[in-house]
Amino acid sequence: MKTFNYHSAKDVKEASKLSSSKSAFLAGGMTTLPSMKLGLASYNDLINLKNIKNLSGIKVSGKTIKIGSTTKHAEVSQSKEVKKAIPSLAALAEGIGDPQVRNRGTIGGSIANNDPAADYPSACIALNAVIHTNERKIEAEKFFKGMFETALKTGEIIEAVEFEIPKKSNYQKYPNPASRYAIVGVYVAECKSGVNVAVTGAKSCVYNDKNLSSALSKNFSSSAIDGIEISSSGMNSDIHASAEYRANMVKVFTKKAVEAC
Amino acid sequence: MASLVGSRVERKEDKKLLTGRGKYTADVTFAHQTYAYFVRSPHARAEIKKVDISKAEKSSGVVAVLTGKDIVNDKIGGLIAGWRIKSEDGSDMKVPAHPPLASETVNYVGDHVAVVIAESLDEARNAAELVKVDYKVLKAVVDTADAMKSDQIYKDIPKNLCFDWLLGDRAKVKEAFDKADKIIKIDLINNRVIPNAMEPRAANADYNPSTEEITLYTTSQNPHLARIIISAFNGVAPENKLRVIAPDVGGGFGSKIYPYAEEVVCSWAAKKIERPIKWVADRTESFLSDCHGRDHVTHAELAVKNDGTFLGFKNETIANIGAYASVFGTVTPTYLFGPCATGVYKMPAAYTNVKAVYTNTAPVDAYRGAGRPEATYTIETLVDKAARELGIDPAEIRMKNFPTQFPFQQTLVHSVDSGDYVAGLNKAIEAADYKGFEKRKRESEAKGKLRGIGLCTYFEACGIAPSPVVMMLGCGIGLWESAEVRFNPTGNVTVFTGSHSHGQGHDTTFAQIAADQLGVPIENIEISHGDTDKGPFGYGTYGSRSLTVGGTAIVKACDKIIAKGKRVAAKMLEASEDDIEFKNGEFVVAKSNKKKTIGEIAFACYLPGTYGEVKSPLPEGEEPGLKETSFFDPVNFSFPAGSHICEVEVNPDTGETAVVKYTAIDDFGTIINPLVVEGQVHGGLVQGIGQALYENCHYDQSGQLVTASYMDYTMPRADNFPDFNLGFTCTPATSNPLGTKGCGEAGAIAAPPAVMNAVMNAIGTEISMPATAEKVWKACKENKKTNSKAA
Ligand SMILES: Cc1cc2nc3c(=O)[nH]c(=O)nc-3n(C[C@H](O)[C@H](O)[C@H](O)COP(=O)(O)OP(=O)(O)OC[C@H]3O[C@@H](n4cnc5c(N)ncnc54)[C@H](O)[C@@H]3O)c2cc1C
Repeated sequence: MKTFNYHSAKDVKEASKLSSSKSAFLAGGMTTLPSMKLGLASYNDLINLKNIKNLSGIKVSGKTIKIGSTTKHAEVSQSKEVKKAIPSLAALAEGIGDPQVRNRGTIGGSIANNDPAADYPSACIALNAVIHTNERKIEAEKFFKGMFETALKTGEIIEAVEFEIPKKSNYQKYPNPASRYAIVGVYVAECKSGVNVAVTGAKSCVYNDKNLSSALSKNFSSSAIDGIEISSSGMNSDIHASAEYRANMVKVFTKKAVEAC
Repeated sequence: MASLVGSRVERKEDKKLLTGRGKYTADVTFAHQTYAYFVRSPHARAEIKKVDISKAEKSSGVVAVLTGKDIVNDKIGGLIAGWRIKSEDGSDMKVPAHPPLASETVNYVGDHVAVVIAESLDEARNAAELVKVDYKVLKAVVDTADAMKSDQIYKDIPKNLCFDWLLGDRAKVKEAFDKADKIIKIDLINNRVIPNAMEPRAANADYNPSTEEITLYTTSQNPHLARIIISAFNGVAPENKLRVIAPDVGGGFGSKIYPYAEEVVCSWAAKKIERPIKWVADRTESFLSDCHGRDHVTHAELAVKNDGTFLGFKNETIANIGAYASVFGTVTPTYLFGPCATGVYKMPAAYTNVKAVYTNTAPVDAYRGAGRPEATYTIETLVDKAARELGIDPAEIRMKNFPTQFPFQQTLVHSVDSGDYVAGLNKAIEAADYKGFEKRKRESEAKGKLRGIGLCTYFEACGIAPSPVVMMLGCGIGLWESAEVRFNPTGNVTVFTGSHSHGQGHDTTFAQIAADQLGVPIENIEISHGDTDKGPFGYGTYGSRSLTVGGTAIVKACDKIIAKGKRVAAKMLEASEDDIEFKNGEFVVAKSNKKKTIGEIAFACYLPGTYGEVKSPLPEGEEPGLKETSFFDPVNFSFPAGSHICEVEVNPDTGETAVVKYTAIDDFGTIINPLVVEGQVHGGLVQGIGQALYENCHYDQSGQLVTASYMDYTMPRADNFPDFNLGFTCTPATSNPLGTKGCGEAGAIAAPPAVMNAVMNAIGTEISMPATAEKVWKACKENKKTNSKAA
């Protein structure tokens, strides 16, 4: 690991001020530290966000759940409020990595990183999330830009993620057998505006499958998508799963999620 | 005192190992410690044009940068192939030079080019990036099946062929095949796997300039072998000036039997710089540079009669041994493979032909089971195919071809001393509720799942083995084992063994044996291993040999102790030696209550005198002290065997395959500690099932290792397995007084065919290992297409 400067910010303002194109925020460190150790990334400055008050915590209002950005996966998975309001979100958090990762990794870090195989981005899309930063509010559909790419600008810090509480929802994940990230993860949610089918793992970035979403908006049953062909074009292909296999899994897991709703 | 043999004594070593109090090589730090980082080849095949170390040498904290040139200048010998194999045409195997640091060519990604030694690991690593190596990249040979047709890697090795070896009789096989009703054929790949011991390899070498002695701590299954190789072949230091210590070692699975380039380099360099050097592999280095396992491409045929009787067998295998011939790299696909190729069956004629090929991949060597899993996988999937094609139940076709008379002269080499394969399979059928399978299959179908059942009946040759036999076959060393049983003056005991425990539980099992033999409470017995300066020379742990060979040496040394104890007791009790009986730790004069405990005898041996008078408790001419050594060379291999039955459930929509039931009935001869043995079976099974369903080493066409981390290399995990249903039958081995046969490798040998037979039974198609979800899904989809066409 290359040497770097470590800062522990008191508040969001300080953290933002310290940041540059050669810095990273340190939340759970579960992505940043392994990449630094493996020599895949190096930074001049690491800015710890974990000591900033008010960035962590779960608040339920009538229609939404707002989760502070440094809230750990384990806290979401064990939260009574989350389990009651959006059980599929708690289940998603429970399915991330292993206990060590869940006890350190954070929701803000996960979505800021936007790994194409990460779980949370699908929840953001399916549950019409709004990402609150120190500068603005960003709709999930506009937040995830591409592989490891988001709408965040240098110095912009996620403060919280606000999810709509859906009528019903379910998340199904086919984990990569080695890493246990999603080879395909499908989040189905029936929200006020209609049904969302958010897919992670399959392509370079999470996406809302409009065909599946609109078919299910009309008829929320697994047979409603029988006739829909999922094209494998644009899907990832690697030693673990071909594009063709991923396309199949999107459909099978959408059905499974609908049936489990 | 009740006998401890057969009881579930809890592992003495676990408290230490599970509470973080173990002492591993990486835990050892010397004063003035330096740290090594290796510069490795990023290319699978290249010529080294130039190595420029000038920048690296000036980097902060750097103590020394050494390259292949220094190895050449100091005349440090290369790494060796420990087993000499001859080709069918009588020619010797062809072996390329394997210098510890390359100076001319590199031959796999991870090959060692230079070492940077610095005050800290970070400084060594940073400086390593500054070593500029000018490579001329050449086209890599990667594929096992195509290796003989690809570019020639080494000037003197045509077709990249190490040897073309034959065991068996081609003419007799032809005759058998001519008489057959049917020939069953199969083409298989035995997938390459990476051992993944929990503790990465490590070395810490300390040199004392005044005594000229090197102390090498290393992660070895076999410290004595490391010492003799580093002394005699690499020429780093004479044996008496090299002490090798393998302290606690976190698993090996074969990959730590022999020394690697890193140990040689650290020892040699420590002497050069006169400071201790520590190297600990990071996980990526482990993936790249630990020797891998398996990697066979096989075509096999079985000649059968319509009633299922086997007439003959042939096996044509290409074995990928990687870029260099490693220490057991040449014996693994030959004498550890060929003799077991015909499985447990009566097989009137057979041959095995193996072409071992070099490729630009990490060397391949022994991995849990070494050769026997590959052999068993071939015959057992072939036998299942025969059952399918002949319409005979897989259990029945096996029963039909089992030998029932023991000793059984097996077709190719072995004389199997004992076994009862019929009883084993019957017990497995019962334990697995084989007959209830159809019902369970219907239940699975009701849930939309396919269910399959698969059998494997195996035997293996282990406990290797008689030294004259293995040396006749080309082995460079003997394979006996040593033990020294040392009474301390106060009556407790230290047992030194030449074998090595790196997870096997010797501290417990061996102590049970010594406790039984000597009548000393197990708490008063310590097992010591892993230090060439402590116990006598030995051959380490692999091939399920430790208990059978090393345990027997302990028994023999205990016998000598007792013999001496009788002589001393006779003198002390004023009786004739013939009247002394030894029982439960006491020497008793027959038909009397005169006795001495073994502790009293030990005390007398160490303090042979009496206060106030000149009187020795020792008979005249008897030496003081109580310590005996034994070297045991077995008369035969030992032959564990068993019947495993696996059931899988397949989701045809996704191809996800779950092992839902697994029954293993093994015959390991006498079982000393069922708890330890069950642990060994569990470990073997998960590695075997891992190979069948998950693990796969993948190189791309340029020779880059794609599966070089746990993000891509699928290790099996606890949630992949059901509870295992284990059971045992027992026919004691006749080749050692304990009657033990060895259990360490059985699971890894039996599981792959049992699982794959179950998968193929479920989906009705042949597929290769690992049966990943996608492969299974594709097969199910194909089946659906053909079925709907047929309908
Ligand atoms: C072994 C392992 C298994 C895993 N398995 C899974 C899995 O199955 N599914 C899954 O989804 N993930 C998985 N992960 C990733 C895990 O969820 C990480 O925790 C997550 O991706 C990053 O979160 P973090 O809090 O650790 O972020 P860090 O590593 O601290 O930071 C990651 C990036 O996010 C930025 N960042 C962090 N917080 C903020 C913020 N508030 N505002 C703006 N930018 C910020 C940082 O600058 C950095 O670039 C796994 C990780 C590991 C190590």
